[in-house]
Amino acid sequence: MQDDKVIVCEKLTKRFGDFIATNEITFDVHKGEIFGFLGANGAGKTTAMRMLCGLSSPSSGKATIAGYDVYTQTEQIKKNIGYMSQKFSLYENLTVRENIEFFGGIYGLSDERIKSKTEELLQRLGLKTEANKLVASLPLGWKQKLSFSVAVLHEPKIVFLDEPTGGVDPVTRRQFWDMIYEAADSGITVFVTTHYMDEAEYCNRISIMVDGKMEVLDTPTNLKNSFHARSMDEVFYQLARGAKRGD
Amino acid sequence: MKQFLAFVRKEFYHVLRDRRTLLILFGMPIAQILIFGFALTNEVKDSEILVVDYAKDNASQELLTKIGSSRYFNIRQAAFTHKEILGTFQKGKIKAVVVFPANFNGDLLHHNKAQIQIITDASDVNTANMITNYLSSIVMDYQNQINQNLEIPYRITPEVRMLYNPQLKGAHGFVPGVMALVLLLVSVMMTAISIVREKETGTMEILLVSPFKPVLVIFAKAFPYLALSLVNVVAILLLSVFVLDLPVKGSVALLFAESTLFIITCLALGIFISIKTDTQQIAMLISLMGMLLPTMMFSGFLFPIENMPVPLQIISNIVPSKWFYIIVKSIMIKGLGIASLWKETLILLGMTVFLLLVSLKSFKIRLQ
Repeated sequence: MQDDKVIVCEKLTKRFGDFIATNEITFDVHKGEIFGFLGANGAGKTTAMRMLCGLSSPSSGKATIAGYDVYTQTEQIKKNIGYMSQKFSLYENLTVRENIEFFGGIYGLSDERIKSKTEELLQRLGLKTEANKLVASLPLGWKQKLSFSVAVLHEPKIVFLDEPTGGVDPVTRRQFWDMIYEAADSGITVFVTTHYMDEAEYCNRISIMVDGKMEVLDTPTNLKNSFHARSMDEVFYQLARGAKRGD
Repeated sequence: MKQFLAFVRKEFYHVLRDRRTLLILFGMPIAQILIFGFALTNEVKDSEILVVDYAKDNASQELLTKIGSSRYFNIRQAAFTHKEILGTFQKGKIKAVVVFPANFNGDLLHHNKAQIQIITDASDVNTANMITNYLSSIVMDYQNQINQNLEIPYRITPEVRMLYNPQLKGAHGFVPGVMALVLLLVSVMMTAISIVREKETGTMEILLVSPFKPVLVIFAKAFPYLALSLVNVVAILLLSVFVLDLPVKGSVALLFAESTLFIITCLALGIFISIKTDTQQIAMLISLMGMLLPTMMFSGFLFPIENMPVPLQIISNIVPSKWFYIIVKSIMIKGLGIASLWKETLILLGMTVFLLLVSLKSFKIRLQ
């Protein structure tokens, strides 16, 4: 439909009884874009993300993901997205190789494809020697990188990252963002939530949610200018200070 | 299908790598069977036997010597009469009483047949059975010995009385009981824990975002436990046949079919628990308190249901293991076929379908 828009949201809303978790959010995300999805805890980020992933059905509004409708085409959506959560999401008592094979398997990749992908991935991450070690024995930074690689293993159109760098040291975080750029360069759209404002600056565009509403949406530079702020930290603080909901 | 297989393979890795799980899976049934089994065989050695000998003739003395020389029995001569026997049982040390009627030898010589009476304390069914079997075979042995050079054989018939529990309820009940327990534990607890673990670690979310169907996630998780539980059934049956000498009288195929049905009932329960809980500890507690305890109490394995107050008897009907216990006991011990068990099977089947429907429904709700 619309040339290169992979996520199109129009007044997307989710209500739980009286509580409006996500209130009429409207935005587009373009192909290959790194889209930062910010907000304080309880602002409605997770709910919005769950709707976009096809995990939860919206109460009203419209949204298409990679051209598929969030109400009726969740199966197709799931085939076209990758997901990495804030909790470490690989199996600790499986080896690196088994994890890759498992996720390749449930995404329905062919055996040959899984094989070549596995080798390529191990090569790229420099995990060749660790391939047959249990994931539990890897340092956290490696686990996160592996997690990300597994999330884009099936070459999705969009990858959703839910606070992917929580608890990771700055050097590894930097490396992690290199991987994100690489993915974006290859045409994968990255939809990322984070609490680190320095990371927010790495995004092409940022939205900030406050109390279920999407208050602003722009590039980091424009946001800083319009809020007369020196850093994203200040922008976020000015917006989030007005929030009524907390955790 | 390929996705399903990839998933099942992963589940097997999980199980086979976790030593504690493996220990519970295979150590427990073997330990239980062996503990019950050896408790059984040890008890019969050196049992105290009381003899009331009204005959005091050659034949009775010979037979007594034979019994006394066996390593299973120690003989005590009783100085009192038949009527006082009950009292001696109540003291608990005496396991059986052998009564020779007056004129035992005379009956043998003149009528070619004589009787002895064996009275055992059948409140402990397994021991009572064992003792009467041993005593009877000693009597048979003696009979063959004196019959060697005779044209018209002598016959000695032991008349057996099982005190306290004439129908021998609960006989060999522990093998079916252990089977119900083990399958329940493996299928309910392990499945519940393994699904909840995915929730706890956050991998469940990843699975739900994948194109792999949620219902298949649940089935793929349950499948390895079905396979492992069947392995357990084989292990328990092998142990009971070769170590405990308790053969399967009925159809083995039917036994497996019924076990599979019961395992599926348990898996459905496990799935239900896993959907309703969020932590492994709670899943385990509910499985243990909610499933294991009722099985011990209400299946009839440890306590006869007939002796319970009516409300408890009614409650026992909703415990799936009760029906499974009845089925296994009937097939293994009584050798009954499906013709006599269709009612119990149907009840179990009904429960399974109900539980599966309820868990699938609550699983869908949970997804919203």
